[in-house]
Amino acid sequence: MLEFLENIIPSSTIALVVFALFPLVLILVYALFAIWAERKIAGFIQDRLGPMRTGGFHGWAQTIADMLKLIQKEDIIPKDASSFLFKLAPFMIFTASYAAFAVIPFSSGYIGSNINIGAFYLLAITSFLTISIIMASWASNNKWSLVGGMRTAAQMVSYEVPTIVTVLSVLIVASSMNLMTITEMQTGNDIMGFLPNWFIFQNPFLIVAFALFFISMLAESHRVPFDLPESESELVAGYQTEYSGMRWGMFMLAEYADMLLLSLLGATLFFGGWNSPFGTFMSGPVWGFGWFMLKGMLLVFVMMWIRWTLPRYRVDQLMHICWSILIPLSFVNFVLVALWEMIF
Amino acid sequence: MKQPEEIAAYLKDKIVKGVLEFVPAEIGQPWITLAPDSIKNIAKFLRDDSELRFNTLMCLSGVHYPAEQELGVTYHLHSTTFGHTVALKVRVPIDNPRVQSVESVWKTADWHEREAWDMLGIIFDGHPNMTRILCPDDWEGHPLRKDYVQQETYQGITTRF
Amino acid sequence: MTHQISANVQETREMTINMGPQHPSTHGVLRLEVVLNGEVVSRVHPHIGYLHRCFEKHAEAMDDYSKVIPYTDRIDYVSAMNQEHGYVIAVEKLLQLEVPERVEYVRVILAELQRIASHLLGIGTFGLDLGAFTPFLYCFIEREKILTIFEKISGARLLYNYICVGGLMRDVPDSFKPETADFVKTFRPKIKELNDLLSYNKIFIDRTANIGILPAEVALNYAASGPMLRGSGVSWDLRKNDPYSIYDRFEFDIPVGSGEVGTVGDCWDRYMVRVREMEQSLVIIEQALEQMPDEGNVMEAVPKRIRMKEGEVYVRTETPRGELGYYIISDKSPSPFRVKVRAPSFVNLSILPAISRGALLSDLVAIVGSIDIVLGEVDR
Repeated sequence: MLEFLENIIPSSTIALVVFALFPLVLILVYALFAIWAERKIAGFIQDRLGPMRTGGFHGWAQTIADMLKLIQKEDIIPKDASSFLFKLAPFMIFTASYAAFAVIPFSSGYIGSNINIGAFYLLAITSFLTISIIMASWASNNKWSLVGGMRTAAQMVSYEVPTIVTVLSVLIVASSMNLMTITEMQTGNDIMGFLPNWFIFQNPFLIVAFALFFISMLAESHRVPFDLPESESELVAGYQTEYSGMRWGMFMLAEYADMLLLSLLGATLFFGGWNSPFGTFMSGPVWGFGWFMLKGMLLVFVMMWIRWTLPRYRVDQLMHICWSILIPLSFVNFVLVALWEMIF
Repeated sequence: MKQPEEIAAYLKDKIVKGVLEFVPAEIGQPWITLAPDSIKNIAKFLRDDSELRFNTLMCLSGVHYPAEQELGVTYHLHSTTFGHTVALKVRVPIDNPRVQSVESVWKTADWHEREAWDMLGIIFDGHPNMTRILCPDDWEGHPLRKDYVQQETYQGITTRF
Repeated sequence: MTHQISANVQETREMTINMGPQHPSTHGVLRLEVVLNGEVVSRVHPHIGYLHRCFEKHAEAMDDYSKVIPYTDRIDYVSAMNQEHGYVIAVEKLLQLEVPERVEYVRVILAELQRIASHLLGIGTFGLDLGAFTPFLYCFIEREKILTIFEKISGARLLYNYICVGGLMRDVPDSFKPETADFVKTFRPKIKELNDLLSYNKIFIDRTANIGILPAEVALNYAASGPMLRGSGVSWDLRKNDPYSIYDRFEFDIPVGSGEVGTVGDCWDRYMVRVREMEQSLVIIEQALEQMPDEGNVMEAVPKRIRMKEGEVYVRTETPRGELGYYIISDKSPSPFRVKVRAPSFVNLSILPAISRGALLSDLVAIVGSIDIVLGEVDR
């Protein structure tokens, strides 16, 4: 895709910038859509309509209106807050989410940076989220924020372990960390003659791995039932308590970007990334992008579905689930995946 | 299950000090008048006696009687064991409104007594935390007294509108 | 240069944190001063009074006993019918007034409908406190139907001013009976739906079982009442144990906490008592609808002017939150000499410091939610 851009744009620097900005545009458009979709889904689950007015058709412009409102809002920085860190944190959290998109293979024709340690890079860069959240919570000089920040630190550091182990189970099957290579390995429909060669079908233990990955993913992106860092009924808003206007908007954006990122990672690792489920039918770079986003969106939808159905866990139960259930299970499963690979 | 008359007679029989009289009511419920400095002992007796077992204090209300220059406290008790109820009253002069606290007998009296202090200025001796509960701590006067005059301003805010 | 190394003592301190008065799950303007050790609650001091409107002073200032009724609505604004009912019974007792049959039945049906509406709100917000958003709205759909019935009979949806001394403001419309019967029929399956969605949800049970345990003796000593007391396994319901109005004519059960998923007297028991009470209210409504006389003048016994003699009563009725007591002292004047409200939420909330010691901050939210307080009633 970079060559294509360089062909149509005279300056190669501008071409590179356009190339790099693609995920940003994608995140923004996706966030606008996802926030609206979440409201509509919540509405349908709760037997009501959700936004209906703004923009005409089913209130499609509601999020845009909200964004405009957020931009116009007064930017309040508490008097006793650590001003520099307070301002920095929202940008850092978004930068971390954005940077991680660099290694996601959106289609056979587009990957920001086709590096060999893609999966490793992605898991490493998302740790920045933790740091940014602690930064935001500490800089706010608010006790609720601090409690929220501490919960986040504990939660994200803990849940990184099962996430990494489940990702590792895929990596041993693929014997590569390059996400593009991993996707390419899943091309074709050979399993039982019709099933696509996705990893989730290749190894039965990877189904378990996916379940574990999905649960850890909910916790990593702090969605219900693991949304303790910002549990609004306990901690007011957790680390975002003191933020307002567009700075708060950045947190919101980062949260949705994070959801998408982890869903796309899940789609890449388990569901064949940009591969079409029908073999060569409807495949190609553009179709691939469509399939990839569809898979990602389906996972995002399941996350929203869970969000509007379940109550929230308590902080000690959350830790219990991670350390006594998910981590042992994921290690056992890791060994089983490896054994299956050795035998078959 | 005992009627209030029987309870009064039983109390007079068992306790010599503090039980003043039984007042039958023309309308509504009768009550027993008690001395304010013996209410705690009587309360304990009422709670622990095997024939009475008044294990809950339903309500504790302060009353201002302007004609007699007195404040009063009414205790409504009931027993979940026997199902009987009784009303007790104490009266204290308004210039020295001291009543024994029954907080140690029925924990529920804690907030009720604070409310009576807040609203009527009855002091409960032996209460662990005799502070205002509904009004702000620096409020002046006790609103439910019949001669209460509302303060004009509170921390610079006009209270009347 | 000498370098002195001081003993580096690590010190942990408790943190005092203010929960409220503006906090999403204090159900109004309650302020809890919470002393936290990490996330573990060491002490809680409730500070109330932010919504104090001097109901008792207002009542004394009214020149008619009937004029107090609109104020009683506002004590507990989510169960206004029950508040009116309690006050009116107290005044009628002072007046020694007999009320027509039809009025009694309508009052009981309204009180039970209001109980369901109030429990729906209590259950919904309790779920909301624990992060379950959807059951809250499901509860509101059902509550809406009850409010529609109330709107048809009284013209108001929240504060009705409908029950008056000796009768009702106006007779119920003809549609009242079939609509209520219809509601009873459609509501039963919804309780099952609620149980499936929330009550027996694994996460919900994890969050509420064995949390905020209130033993029966403590509950009695603190004079807890309503679902709070029944959750602790004490079978005590004024509708049965000290029947007022015509409650002695109906057959119904008193649901009590049994420790089904945890310990007796935990948050889940208190919650479940509310759910089961809604079923019992339906049973009462069904019987009342069947027995209710079709004809009768509801204004028959309404006195033109209320002339009181000297006397005093303490009347207690069972509201959704517990025992509502009206202590009214009357003199010969047209205005009450003293009206004291024994508000169930006020008493139930005073237990909070005792049962939340050692709980986590998240549990504190669950405990406050399970007490089901209405701040209007706590502060009066």
